[in-house]
Amino acid sequence: MSTTVTEEQIEKLVVESLETFGADADQITREATFEALDIDSLDLAELSQIVHESYGVELKGSDVAEVKTVDDAIKLIAERL
Amino acid sequence: MNAASERHGCALVTGASRGIGSAIACALAADGWPVAVNFRASEDAAAEVVGRIHDAGGRALAVGADITSQQQLDRLFQTVEQELGRVLVLVNNAGMRADDLALSLTDSDWSSVIDTNLTSAFRTTRHALRGMIRERFGRVINISSVIGPRANAGQSNYAAAKAGLIGMTKTIAVEVARRGVTVNAIAPGLIDTDMTADLDGELLSAVPARRAGTPEEVAACASFLASEHAGYVTGSTLYVDGGLAA
Repeated sequence: MSTTVTEEQIEKLVVESLETFGADADQITREATFEALDIDSLDLAELSQIVHESYGVELKGSDVAEVKTVDDAIKLIAERL
Repeated sequence: MNAASERHGCALVTGASRGIGSAIACALAADGWPVAVNFRASEDAAAEVVGRIHDAGGRALAVGADITSQQQLDRLFQTVEQELGRVLVLVNNAGMRADDLALSLTDSDWSSVIDTNLTSAFRTTRHALRGMIRERFGRVINISSVIGPRANAGQSNYAAAKAGLIGMTKTIAVEVARRGVTVNAIAPGLIDTDMTADLDGELLSAVPARRAGTPEEVAACASFLASEHAGYVTGSTLYVDGGLAA
């Protein structure tokens, strides 16, 4: 699966997830911080779970703790695929 | 109104072949939940519980697993999710006793009680929460005990595990509250089951209601906590003890 997932697809998954968690769609950009989007640790834990279900990739809590922006999250996921 | 009629998921009750667990399994099935009846060794008793649920027009499945084993726990969830759907109601009921005064309590009796009564409840909860959070609905019900909040000589291991369950209940409740998932504990007092058959003397005389409770009286509370009515009840401990802890 790893060879077929593009960064655009990851971005779509992340953005859709953030919208589900209640982030304002207009404010979601690659540079936006999770703090500004009001996305907290439970949301990121759920995002990890969605990533696991979608791509079979396990993101560790310690990795996710380092993630500050939407771009960080997309790059982390792309790295682990 | 009960939650079961509107949800695509099931209830999992650990240690459900006997006593309080079997009564809770029957009550949740009567509420409309498909119920996974987990057992460790008592396969015949679990089959009987399933039979009783089927006779009453409910849906149930007996699933054997020693939940202190992570591997068996994973397999348990896999089977339950395949057969009955996502676990949306989890009742951590499996428990054991290995009583002795602290002075002579062995490491083995300490660990087995903590592992079965507390650690396995954490692991089942961690597993079930994933599905509940995605569903924006879930009910975790931890069967604690009046022993823990209250002392009982000879049960330091049991008291530690059961008090631990109450602490765990409160913190996890806070972590997941805004996803529509509630986490509560029930603290039964002296309930008439096989597990308390040898306890009734001194403890019974301390019960203000002057009688032991029934498994069905505990199950009625679990049924309430699992329902839509209890959606705003979270992090709490419901004492079902005839006033013993009051």
